[in-house]
Amino acid sequence: MSEKLLMKGNEALGEAAVQAGCRLYFAYPITPQSELPEYLSKRMPEVGAVFLQAESEVAAINMVYGAAGTGARVMTSSSSPGISLKQEGLSYIAAAELPCVVVNMSRGGPGLGSIQPAQGDYFQATKGGGHGDYHLLVLAPASVQEIVDLTTLAFDLADKYRNPVMIMGDGLLGQMMEPVTFPSEGSRELQPKPWATTGKTKDREKNVVHSLELLPERLEAHNIKLQRKYAQMEQAEKRWEEYLADDAEIVLVAYGTVARICRSAVDAAREKGIKAGLFRPISLWPYPSEALAKLTPIAKCFLCVEMNTGQMVEDVRLALEGRRPVHFYGRTGGMVPAPEEVLAQIEKLVAGRCEA
Amino acid sequence: MITVFSRPRSLADVSTHYCPGCTHGIIHRLVAEAIDDFDVAERTIGVAPVGCAVLAYNYFNLDFQEAAHGRAPAVATGIKRALPDRIVFTYQGDGDLASIGTAEIVHAANRGEAITVIYVNNAIYGMTGGQMAPTTLEGQKTSTSPYGRDVSNAGYPIRMAELLATLNAPRYIARVAVNSPVHVQQAKKAIKRAFEVQIKENAFSLVEVLSTCPTNW
Repeated sequence: MSEKLLMKGNEALGEAAVQAGCRLYFAYPITPQSELPEYLSKRMPEVGAVFLQAESEVAAINMVYGAAGTGARVMTSSSSPGISLKQEGLSYIAAAELPCVVVNMSRGGPGLGSIQPAQGDYFQATKGGGHGDYHLLVLAPASVQEIVDLTTLAFDLADKYRNPVMIMGDGLLGQMMEPVTFPSEGSRELQPKPWATTGKTKDREKNVVHSLELLPERLEAHNIKLQRKYAQMEQAEKRWEEYLADDAEIVLVAYGTVARICRSAVDAAREKGIKAGLFRPISLWPYPSEALAKLTPIAKCFLCVEMNTGQMVEDVRLALEGRRPVHFYGRTGGMVPAPEEVLAQIEKLVAGRCEA
Repeated sequence: MITVFSRPRSLADVSTHYCPGCTHGIIHRLVAEAIDDFDVAERTIGVAPVGCAVLAYNYFNLDFQEAAHGRAPAVATGIKRALPDRIVFTYQGDGDLASIGTAEIVHAANRGEAITVIYVNNAIYGMTGGQMAPTTLEGQKTSTSPYGRDVSNAGYPIRMAELLATLNAPRYIARVAVNSPVHVQQAKKAIKRAFEVQIKENAFSLVEVLSTCPTNW
């Protein structure tokens, strides 16, 4: 299928999952991602796949655990408060090394918050969320087309690393309609999963999916193994995009929806003769720290823009290790910054010679 | 020489961690016998709970998944929906099923998931050292009900089998005990019937097995 279609982000994600071979989807309705379960409730039966509306987000993520343990490609989705409920399951899934895709079309928080777009779940997604030492791979699309591309990638990475992959969108991306094309079908040959619990046949030992290790030596060894895997991800799976960043004296750092707004602000700044650029992390974990730090010889300062009160900015500061001033501008509660607001921040910084 | 009694093939030849006098061993055996009787070991996936039976996956010669506390019916749902031709069972205690996992068991039962639930009720949290369970009887003393279960404070012991039996979808729900040879034989029949309901009728079944906790009672 290579024709161009006009689709909502949530629906495009569902279609991309189906085409990536997702054969089970479990979820609970929550705004602003309900178009995704609605789409898949219609679409999954068409391909002989399973759609099941769970009794809760807690149940949904545990259904994902069970299905992933059989080796099937499986997905769940939710929005911020529902993602909080999934954290127990995510910790178990990461510990048991099960591949799955989890979508967060995030909204305003904390608490019940709002149903408008926000990025307040960055810490939760990238720094753990659930208990214990583990990481999700976190991918942050900035367009409906990128939702499609990263959903396909997410299933492949989940299988490759036997790790949960989160697609971190927001209410705006989920609701927005844009033209998309889907990758050509028919090339999805899945690797065998000899570890899966499919019934112990005589030709193999039994398979057990579990996260319990009562002996501290064994649990430590398991943690070391997991950390080795995360180190491999840090080597191979950092993704980002730069826009006019080569000669930029002021570099904006933003992901997802906000990166698009910042791109407009960069264009507006350039028109005013300000050498502004944009660095857009696509993988939020692992974070593309080295690529960002490479911009320091020319960049005089960095401006991190987020729809929260300052979360990714900590990773920007860690990446730059104090070599350049890092500034922050955020809107929260479901408020989306306008390009003019961001431009005003750029102009203010330039006026203060990037030190304000 | 004719062998008249042997270890079920589905039961692993290992020592368990269960306390002397604990009935988990008997119940494990009955489950393994049922699986052997139907000759479905190669198609069976078990789900272990959190609680005393958390290590059940070590004691069966079967593929197994270990679930988070109370979530076994959701995990079993995921397995069964992915592999509808397999036999899936959960093995859960009363703290797991009747307290923290009430939503998961009620909805798995209500959907009529074609799984078998072995619900071992000893009316106490054994693994954590003898705390009051949702099933602890009125007046019973535990480490968190030192004056006896006061129903005006803690509520009444919850009757899961009766509660689930009000639903339309479950095909077979039974309560048995394993405190005498006669009861063990009845329990064996019930567990076998529960697996039969899954295998032949593709329906939900649950057997509550009244058990004991020789360490904490």
